[in-house]
Amino acid sequence: MSLTYLEAIREAQARALKEDPRVFIYGQDVAAFGGAFKATKNLALEFPGRVVDAPISEDAIVGLAVGAAIEGMRPIIEIQFADFSTTGFNQIVNHAATTFWRTSVPLPITIRLPSGGTSGSGPFHSQTLEGLYATYPGLIVLTPATVEDAYSMLLEAVAIDDPVIFCEHKLLYYHLKADSLPTEALPVGKARIARAGRDMSIVTYSAMLHEALAVADELAAEGTEIEVVDLRSVKPLDTDTIMASVARTGRLLCVGESWPWGGVTAEVLARVASEGLDLLDAPPQRLNAKDTPVPYHPNLWAAHRPTARSIATAARRVLRT
Amino acid sequence: MLLARVLDERMANLYRGGKIHGGVFMGRGQEALSAAVGTCLRPGDVFAPLIRDTAGRLAFGEPVLDAVRTYLGSPLGPMRGRDGNVHRGRPREGMLAMISHLGAMIAAVNGMLFARRLKGITGTVGVACVGDGATSTGAFHEALNQAAIEHLPLVAVIANNQYAYSTPNARQFACRDLEDKALGYGITGHTVDGTDLNACLDVIGDAIRRARDGQGPQLVVARLLRLCGHGEHDDAGYVDPKLRASNVGRDCLKVAERFLLDQGWATPQTVAQWWETTSHQVDEAIATAQREGGPDPYKESWCAISSKHLCEGYDEVCDTHLG
Repeated sequence: MSLTYLEAIREAQARALKEDPRVFIYGQDVAAFGGAFKATKNLALEFPGRVVDAPISEDAIVGLAVGAAIEGMRPIIEIQFADFSTTGFNQIVNHAATTFWRTSVPLPITIRLPSGGTSGSGPFHSQTLEGLYATYPGLIVLTPATVEDAYSMLLEAVAIDDPVIFCEHKLLYYHLKADSLPTEALPVGKARIARAGRDMSIVTYSAMLHEALAVADELAAEGTEIEVVDLRSVKPLDTDTIMASVARTGRLLCVGESWPWGGVTAEVLARVASEGLDLLDAPPQRLNAKDTPVPYHPNLWAAHRPTARSIATAARRVLRT
Repeated sequence: MLLARVLDERMANLYRGGKIHGGVFMGRGQEALSAAVGTCLRPGDVFAPLIRDTAGRLAFGEPVLDAVRTYLGSPLGPMRGRDGNVHRGRPREGMLAMISHLGAMIAAVNGMLFARRLKGITGTVGVACVGDGATSTGAFHEALNQAAIEHLPLVAVIANNQYAYSTPNARQFACRDLEDKALGYGITGHTVDGTDLNACLDVIGDAIRRARDGQGPQLVVARLLRLCGHGEHDDAGYVDPKLRASNVGRDCLKVAERFLLDQGWATPQTVAQWWETTSHQVDEAIATAQREGGPDPYKESWCAISSKHLCEGYDEVCDTHLG
């Protein structure tokens, strides 16, 4: 059998619903319609009353999850597009994220954010907000890049007793495939060496992993061995694995699809610079999207985000210095 | 009501004496409505108070010590110095700990009621209290609409105290009456004179009964006046003197006391005795909390999540590096 990243997300939710009566799914169009991307297809039929359509009210959607979690439930919230989570932002960062610290009541809430650019989606259906949510204490932020991680990390997210922002990448939904569901997985909080190499490290996550792997292939043909680190989880950030990789290679390029100001790539560089400057043979670099809203037209969109081509250019620059 | 009045005033005194950090927010003038809410709720129900609900909290069962410890930042209080003043609660016991964006609490009450339905628990209700100001927030609208769609046993109580901080009703909403909003959500609306304890008990009691009986969300609008500033830093000089002189500006505590005396249910001597006993009770709690001191930053866990193994502690790594 073969299944896609999107099907893995559906299967993980089906399993969570099956194994734990405290789990329910709440979001716009998730019930009979099966979700805007079909990530909850048929789940309302299989689990009557536990996959519930919400009005277009992100604040109230997340707020309901907060209350349900206080009562011991484990809600999975589907926000239709990550971009729309900003209208539920207050409930996420000020309510869900602060409750455990303030009251000692843990809130096991999984908030699924279909994230990232796809051609033609434009400024309001393309955003990647992991850096924004990672800024706030009280949240765990996951960015699965593979079918296996989409499945195992979503299951783990539901089992975690804290609010988890689950950034699933829309570009990976349909074309990323695996032969089977994983039976074991790295735990949340551990990064993965997606490809070993000795000449430089590319640290990345989510859809950019696949661009980075393509660059590693391309440069391997030229005799350069690039190590690719898949962060998997941006909060917590596995600093140890990053530092160990940089210690091996002496060169670092960090790639993210988010905007350039601050964010995950800046955090990685700051940590490496402050703790491992002596490990570096060249200044660490980072590559992000351009500092504009995500454009609509494919010509602009492809130039806005990092691509295998722009990553390769940046990697060659790091290798030359 | 009396205990709430005394407790609030003692907190204000401590604030003026520099013993309380941040602010103190009193319920003066709103105790009748608040006490009615706390009295009509049962153990096992859900209560999301607003910042002037000392009376309702006490009636619902919050110990005086919880309030005092939170104001004084005692590590033994429910918030352990991590949050203060009115931002206190025991969520698992049905008392939510508000965030400052008060409208957000209504959807959380919805969530608790929704979860209970999923778990097959019936017969409980939730009350969310907000002021006239919160009715202008998107969160209020979203949550009332959500409660209506799900037909939840929610009672939303609006204490219309005429001002949101300094903003008068005329700059807050343009509808004829806040109760009209109920029609738009397809829920039942009620209006009550918030200065009259008996009326509040009747109307709040009726709304809670209807919600408990499965008649869906209820909206109660109470007309009253805040007889103090927004916080103790505020002299409320913006309040229209005509409002103060009108029926809405009556002191609900005096109205209730008058009623008891007129009915012959209490004498001036018994009332004086109640004040004394109550003052003693509050003073004891203050003495206890003051002995407990404040939280120790070196014993604080500084971890905002319950999954300790996923806590980065990277700030501590930085501290160590800096020696």
